[in-house]
Amino acid sequence: MIEAAAGGTLIGLAAVWLFASLGRIAGISGIVGQVIDRGVSVDWPVLFIVGLGIGGWLGAGLLGGLAVSLPDPTGWVLLVAGGVLVGFGTRLGSGCTSGHGVCGMARFSGRSIVATLTFVAVGMLTATVIH
Amino acid sequence: MSGKLAALVGGIVFGLGLTVSGMTEPQNIIAFLRWGPGWNPALILVMGCAFAVTAAGYALIRRRSAPLFESSFRLPQSTAIDARLLGGAALFGVGWGLAGYCPGPAIVGAFSLDPRAAVFFAAFLTGAFGYRLLQRREARSAPQLADG
Repeated sequence: MIEAAAGGTLIGLAAVWLFASLGRIAGISGIVGQVIDRGVSVDWPVLFIVGLGIGGWLGAGLLGGLAVSLPDPTGWVLLVAGGVLVGFGTRLGSGCTSGHGVCGMARFSGRSIVATLTFVAVGMLTATVIH
Repeated sequence: MSGKLAALVGGIVFGLGLTVSGMTEPQNIIAFLRWGPGWNPALILVMGCAFAVTAAGYALIRRRSAPLFESSFRLPQSTAIDARLLGGAALFGVGWGLAGYCPGPAIVGAFSLDPRAAVFFAAFLTGAFGYRLLQRREARSAPQLADG
């Protein structure tokens, strides 16, 4: 539980920092969408994404490495189907857990509150039925 | 410090937070989304802390006239609660519940060469490119400002 609180606080600090420094919302699907729309260049969206990777390495180092248990064949199918749906859905709905769920909620956007309630409810229904 | 370095630092702190909180392990996400025995409420704490810090920070920063390295703040302007928003959020919810990944943890995992995250992220890009192709075919549609 301490890890959850500490991790969430770091996520919040990163979102605040991106807004304070660049005036941008830390929405990951939107940032990836910008790279898709404009192509890969050494600009802030690409550097933020590279930072995510470096932060992950640092975190895994702090935690002493992370164990990965490989899924069964059904699990791989769920990963592929889920990936396509998340890729399409987050672009159509203009945001994901970070953009709507953290940043949009934090500025009390009506759109983001509705979107977050929707994807959490549908996600719970899906996971409860499938898993 | 330049804006580019600021973005890199922001990404590092965000990626560190996702990893420390355990969100890069899809089984932890599914344990929150799946109702029943073994339900794991940790994600509420992650989101709650992230929300509280962000809401407080945004409120303070918005009193300023401009961010440090740009001339203005760029916030989404749309307020429409329409079929695109609801449909997109619902499709995202289905995919999240199936795979246990949302975009941030998938990127972090792919950089760490977690094969599950790499496969999910490749599929994610396929879906996002597919959306872009469809959107381009909608000749009359105006470009939308993303929420994030």
